[in-house]
Amino acid sequence: MSLSIDEVRHIARLARIELGEGEAQDTLDKLNNIFGLIEQMQAVDTSQVEPMSHPQDVAQRLRDDIVTESDRRDAYQRVAPQVEAGLYLVPKVIE
Amino acid sequence: MIEASLKDLAAALRAGTLSSVELTTLFLDRIDALNPSLNAFITVDRDGALAAARAADARIAAGTAGALTGIPLAHKDVFCTEGLRTTCASKMLADFVSPYDAHVVSQLKAAGAVMLGKTNMDEYAMGSSNENSHFGPAKNPWDATRVPGGSSGGSAVAVAARLVPMATGTDTGGSVRQPAALTGVTGIKPTYGVVSRYGMIAYASSLDQGGAFGRSAEDCALLLSAMAGFDPRDSTSVEREAEDYSRALGQPLAGLRIGLPKEFFAEGMDDDVRAAIDAALEQYRQLGATTVEVSLPNAKLAIPAYYVIAPAEASSNLSRFDGVRYGHRAAEYGDLADMYGKSRAQGFGAEVKRRILVGTYVLSHGYYDAYYLQAQKLRRLIAEDFAAAFTQCDVIAGPTSPTVAWPIGEKSDDPVQMYLQDIYTIAVNLAGLPGLSLPCGTGAGDLPVGLQLIGNYFDEARLLNVAHGFQQATDWHRRTPALG
Repeated sequence: MSLSIDEVRHIARLARIELGEGEAQDTLDKLNNIFGLIEQMQAVDTSQVEPMSHPQDVAQRLRDDIVTESDRRDAYQRVAPQVEAGLYLVPKVIE
Repeated sequence: MIEASLKDLAAALRAGTLSSVELTTLFLDRIDALNPSLNAFITVDRDGALAAARAADARIAAGTAGALTGIPLAHKDVFCTEGLRTTCASKMLADFVSPYDAHVVSQLKAAGAVMLGKTNMDEYAMGSSNENSHFGPAKNPWDATRVPGGSSGGSAVAVAARLVPMATGTDTGGSVRQPAALTGVTGIKPTYGVVSRYGMIAYASSLDQGGAFGRSAEDCALLLSAMAGFDPRDSTSVEREAEDYSRALGQPLAGLRIGLPKEFFAEGMDDDVRAAIDAALEQYRQLGATTVEVSLPNAKLAIPAYYVIAPAEASSNLSRFDGVRYGHRAAEYGDLADMYGKSRAQGFGAEVKRRILVGTYVLSHGYYDAYYLQAQKLRRLIAEDFAAAFTQCDVIAGPTSPTVAWPIGEKSDDPVQMYLQDIYTIAVNLAGLPGLSLPCGTGAGDLPVGLQLIGNYFDEARLLNVAHGFQQATDWHRRTPALG
């Protein structure tokens, strides 16, 4: 398979990464090389194989529904680019 | 002193012939002298280290010291450290100061180890050469024109150049074992789930695993014992009793069955690497081990499967870096989408962006079965290959890397060539098995060659002893690069 430059632009939009005009072609070439490598996977018939997501096939642990975290809002917001009155500031999203 | 084992350092500290402040100062001065040319550290914390050393000395005087109390340590800059910046070698986090410690960091603090600083790495642990760092490449101490491997390149260089006696790393596809091999140190990645991922900045969560670098297997065993253990804050941490990974050291290797995967020895390995590996295997036979051919028929699918699974998980994990709660935010932007797009375009380096794009594509509508699901099925086939091999042998051995360290810049513009460097290490992550690399000889240019040992699940103690037995009989691990 081979991606088109429009597909690369579409993926970049989905990934929220701005792609400069000059970057698109180089990105396309490198991604196509990577997908060339990945395509080797398709040669194997895996119709009878169960997918594996964790080597020990463990189940998610459950815990009691109680508060375990302390309030550290100030510490967490100290590293934010822009906060005001305990709120994270972003450009206006609703007109 | 810079060549002393952790055990000898601890004994000297306890005997009072050496203080932690003296030891810490010695290594800090070495870092000051050598780091400008090696670029192993992104951040050095002299004041914090000396304060920790004074506290360690008090603890030693009080008789409450443990095996690592007062001994200097470096953390890969992927582990969050409260109050000291954690960059992940990315512009995105260049000024990020974590509000909390990673589990590994708090474990080693509690053990009394003295953190000197944070080591260089490939950005977000994505790379095999340490060239993808916002802070510039770390240099191989055996030849500063060559890469040290990656992604935990800085930690490997720091231990190889004796800037620190021990260092932490992480290994998602070979990122502890491969730089250990290329710099001539010992490095272990335990079974997936043994070391907590809490506070370890996530790349590919189903593969990421913390690991240890040291000058010997004996040192790695001590460090790993302090790092490992169940942590409820990591949802994939395995619930097992804490282990003493030194417990098997010294057991004879007579009767050990070493499996040699025929696929690892077939092709692709450079002749100089092959010669060193063959000599190491002969050494094991002299120590009473036997070798048996095993097969990992699906190992060749490990790289393609990895480059679906890891980017897919990375694209999800790295979506958190949006310029809102932490990390880089573009100086100028229009609406919210524009702010995300510009902040991420500016904050991430080229390889990180590529992997996010690959991951975004393979997870996008209509492609999940063909890519991520197929890769997870291959993952099972690869794990089953190892399970079959372990019915015939106790450990598996082979090369860690197909080549010795290569010149900086040689592969940095060709991602696929770079990916192929991890041909022998990636399958181990996909299966979730423990793996170790130990220096076993030299290749072209007198550069180190690493032997990879792969164990069955939770067989770290045996793996460390198999490496230790070799290191008792040889002195490859004692070779030190000549530095100014």
